[in-house]
Amino acid sequence: MAGHADFAAGVVSAVELITGHGDRLIPIQVHGLCGEDIQALLRERLAETGARVIFTDLQAGSCTMAARRLLRDHTQVVLVSGTNLPMLLDFVMSSAPSPHDAARAAVERARSAIAAYGGPA
Amino acid sequence: MTLVLNRIDDRLIHGQVVVGWGQPLDVRFIVLVDDLVAASDWEKELYRMGVPPEMEVRFHSAAEAAPRLDTYRTEPHPGILLTGDIATMRELVLHGGVREVNVGGIHHRAGRRQYLRYVFLTADEQRALREVAALGALVTAQDVPAARAIPLEEMLASGEVGS
Repeated sequence: MAGHADFAAGVVSAVELITGHGDRLIPIQVHGLCGEDIQALLRERLAETGARVIFTDLQAGSCTMAARRLLRDHTQVVLVSGTNLPMLLDFVMSSAPSPHDAARAAVERARSAIAAYGGPA
Repeated sequence: MTLVLNRIDDRLIHGQVVVGWGQPLDVRFIVLVDDLVAASDWEKELYRMGVPPEMEVRFHSAAEAAPRLDTYRTEPHPGILLTGDIATMRELVLHGGVREVNVGGIHHRAGRRQYLRYVFLTADEQRALREVAALGALVTAQDVPAARAIPLEEMLASGEVGS
């Protein structure tokens, strides 16, 4: 889980609080790094952990750009941008046969978890 | 409208540019000037996919861009001029009529010293920025619109104090 400022650590701490499975995610912060360094950091973490899914926060964000570059030679990795808390909860609790299936199902779950309530009509 | 921001940012198109500046300035196009990106269809597609549908990205090498900037300045909507390094922006100051330069992000790399949270420079890059200013451009550092624009010499002095 890579994102802007403390987003990754924050959202992973929320996953841990709610499910106790925060350890299924690796928060990555990229304060002050250039694009190449972000890519190198992601590459290193993938190699260390064998992670098969990269979650990022913003579609145009530098983590997403770096991850998209990595996908060129990591064809087994899925990238998901626009990550929110319901998405990660669904992912860590998933019993899908593969991380890829879990990620794709989590995206659909996340979409359906967005709503606005109240306020003037 | 015109080119409302001339930015040096080694991440090129990313969240601060598209959302942080792009939304409040109602930016409709980005002129991305980078020799490597301009020569690669894959790179161009990567950056094109990073912007919302109402925003257009135009890619040029440094040599191509300079003579086109006056035309971009007459576009009806606001745009951002973006380079990934100081040398490219210097070319556009010299040959493209750029008079204000925003240092938006030059990040950590071996051999660079930190000046701001988002600005790290080698000694050569520090000199290059001073050269850009000597050519007549107003150089300030500012990552997002809500932050203060820090004059070049103030930024460089802060690095010297911290070293």
